[in-house]
Amino acid sequence: MVIAKEFEYQRPATLGEATRILAGHPGSARVLAGGTDLIAWLRDGAVAPDLVVDIKAIPDLHDLRIESDTLHIGGLVTFSDVIGSDVIAERAPLLAEMSETVGSTGIRNRATLAGNICSAVPSCDAAPVLLGYDTTVHLTGPGGDRTVDLNDWFLGPRRTARTDDEIVTHLTVEVPVHGGVYVKLMRYAGEDLAQAAVGIVAYPNDVYRVTFGAVAPVPFRSARIEETLRGRPLDDELIANVVAMVGDEISPITDIRATAAYRTRMTEVMLERGLRAARDRLNGEGPAYGERLI
Amino acid sequence: MEITMNVNGERWDISAAPADVLLDVLREKVGVKSPKIGCERGDCGSCTILLEGKTVRSCLVLAVEVDGQEITTVEGIGLEGLSRLQDLLLNNNAFQCGFCAPGIVLSATELLNNNPSPTRHDVQEALAGNLCRCTGYEPIIEAVLAAGSKAGAQ
Repeated sequence: MVIAKEFEYQRPATLGEATRILAGHPGSARVLAGGTDLIAWLRDGAVAPDLVVDIKAIPDLHDLRIESDTLHIGGLVTFSDVIGSDVIAERAPLLAEMSETVGSTGIRNRATLAGNICSAVPSCDAAPVLLGYDTTVHLTGPGGDRTVDLNDWFLGPRRTARTDDEIVTHLTVEVPVHGGVYVKLMRYAGEDLAQAAVGIVAYPNDVYRVTFGAVAPVPFRSARIEETLRGRPLDDELIANVVAMVGDEISPITDIRATAAYRTRMTEVMLERGLRAARDRLNGEGPAYGERLI
Repeated sequence: MEITMNVNGERWDISAAPADVLLDVLREKVGVKSPKIGCERGDCGSCTILLEGKTVRSCLVLAVEVDGQEITTVEGIGLEGLSRLQDLLLNNNAFQCGFCAPGIVLSATELLNNNPSPTRHDVQEALAGNLCRCTGYEPIIEAVLAAGSKAGAQ
């Protein structure tokens, strides 16, 4: 099956040039990075732009580095880049654990983290982990540069705070001392979208971030569960208390991949196992990163 | 648009529309038929090629994106006879219909280039995105493991 609708293609060499091109095509252009979502959507006819702007020739967008506790993830950094990064392995192996669950190697070699949060499908893998950290999205557009807190990013399925003429230049992610887990429910390991996903980041002094993916219109943090956990040592009773809150916090749908009831029950199991693993990893114990909990 | 790509060591100057998908251009214009048209949404792995040495799904790449880049398909890997991996796959009777074979050869080649002695888990992960409906994967995995093992090295 071919892409039915013709479009123009441009590959600007600088951010400034890209911004000018996008500004000249309001509402009718799409930004192309890895293309693993966009090309599929073009083929489906889910999107039908007049112009595709390929940003891969822009040199400044490939950086993956750390300054103090701030991780800088360029807009073109792929999941494979994250998996192969020494900086990630040392400071935020949770990001590699998550990346290893995305598609297959052939997808991860192409797909970018920034693209993943721009596509913003409810099952997007990057979000539950990035929301566990303080993450800021850095954009540039005709109006200049601006930043968006990732907590304010997801507006609905495939809808974000980004406007059509903006490019995500990079993400900044705060990675102080922490432990974390990404637990993803799939029909089979290796290549599937999440049926449900739980991201947890444990910080010192019993502070937890708890995030869910694929069980609501957008990936989200549960403020109620985080508040209940805050400052209390994690024991069986506390875990049981927050697991009992899951049903009210999430709003999964029944579709071809799983029923709502199955997603809910499994999310409870994933939260329970995930909390213990995140706590243990913070203490330098527990399962190695990459080891699957379900 | 006029683009240039290097396919299996040979330079190709090609005229392609922006909407032309790389998989179709490789099969129809360049004439390499090893990348297969399968799911056309990145799930099955039958269209896998090496782009600048890394596996990508050629069904999810526009031809115009790879202007100036280097592509290797199974035709390019076999230029000087079968690779050791291909020999082992053959000897292990790893494929029946062969539809998935080009993608699996390339995914396993990438793995062995990056990790010459992979574990079974590494092999399973590397091939997880290449669906085979004939052989149940075991003879494929065994062949890749043998290609990686020092004991089996020639």
